[in-house]
Amino acid sequence: MELQALEGGFADAPVASSYAFRAAMTAMARPGQINDISGGSGPAPLSEAAATLLLTLCDPETPLHIAGAHNTPAVRGWVTFHTGAPLVGPGAAMFALGTWGSLGDLAQYSIGTPEYPDRAATLIVEMDRLTPEGATLRGPGIRETAALSLPETEAFKSNAALFPLGRDFFFTCGRSLAALPRSTKVS
Amino acid sequence: MKDFTDGSSEARKLWMGLLARARATDLIAAWDGLGLDPDFVWLRAPETGGVMVRGRAGATGAAFNLGEMTVTRCALKLADGRVGHAVVQGRDRRKAEIAALCDALLQGAEAEKVKTSVLEPLTAASGARARTRAAKAAATKVDFFTMVRGE
Repeated sequence: MELQALEGGFADAPVASSYAFRAAMTAMARPGQINDISGGSGPAPLSEAAATLLLTLCDPETPLHIAGAHNTPAVRGWVTFHTGAPLVGPGAAMFALGTWGSLGDLAQYSIGTPEYPDRAATLIVEMDRLTPEGATLRGPGIRETAALSLPETEAFKSNAALFPLGRDFFFTCGRSLAALPRSTKVS
Repeated sequence: MKDFTDGSSEARKLWMGLLARARATDLIAAWDGLGLDPDFVWLRAPETGGVMVRGRAGATGAAFNLGEMTVTRCALKLADGRVGHAVVQGRDRRKAEIAALCDALLQGAEAEKVKTSVLEPLTAASGARARTRAAKAAATKVDFFTMVRGE
């Protein structure tokens, strides 16, 4: 196996994954707020924030879809060695990773069921830049409004309209992490 | 008979199995006798978990679950880039570390040294254990002789 696929795990897994989980939870609780997250590193083009999220959230029971340019043998090997997550198509995925363009039509990702809204997919969107400007966010966890450089707004508007169903999103860029849960209204 | 001489994956399978099944005390004693202490970094620190052991009757039937067992696994990288993996029986982290170090060293220049000081004693110990067990079982063997066959 390529050495690249074996490196980049957490140095001290219990502590590092706790910090990373806290960062992911804070990001979801405060939509639009940009936090730092670090600890893991994967092969290019995987960003440090996305690699850390995968190490924290994925395990053999969470099918993962890797889209577009991220779907390289090095990234697949790294994910398999460190998390054991099965690699699947978009329809069966609980997590998806890729750039906004490569993730494709949102309709292919699970929105959960009325009985189990938690079975929706969580998309990890790799961004070229992540800044607090652009689309306006309102909703739980936001005092009045927040701003985040979303790749587009229409898709997130229709996703929020599905509440209590709908997908959740993480946005990653370098070491920066922001999130957009389904409860946030985008305009 | 078991042969660790070539660097094939078949040979690696043999030595990884031998290291995994070895008694922790035997392995640690053999390793200390070797006197090597290479620098390494963890790729995956030792972690203990359960695995389901599956089997096939006669190696041909449908797979069935034999039972769960506790294993400790780890992966490490030596300073020169060689990678060693280990999945060993039990919860002993030190055993997993030594098994992974042996796996890494066996892929390079130290292979001969590791073979003579670690693998050979472990092979002898595992052979002796198997013979003792077979002898104990043989001692309880009952032979039934049919004196008269009712034909």
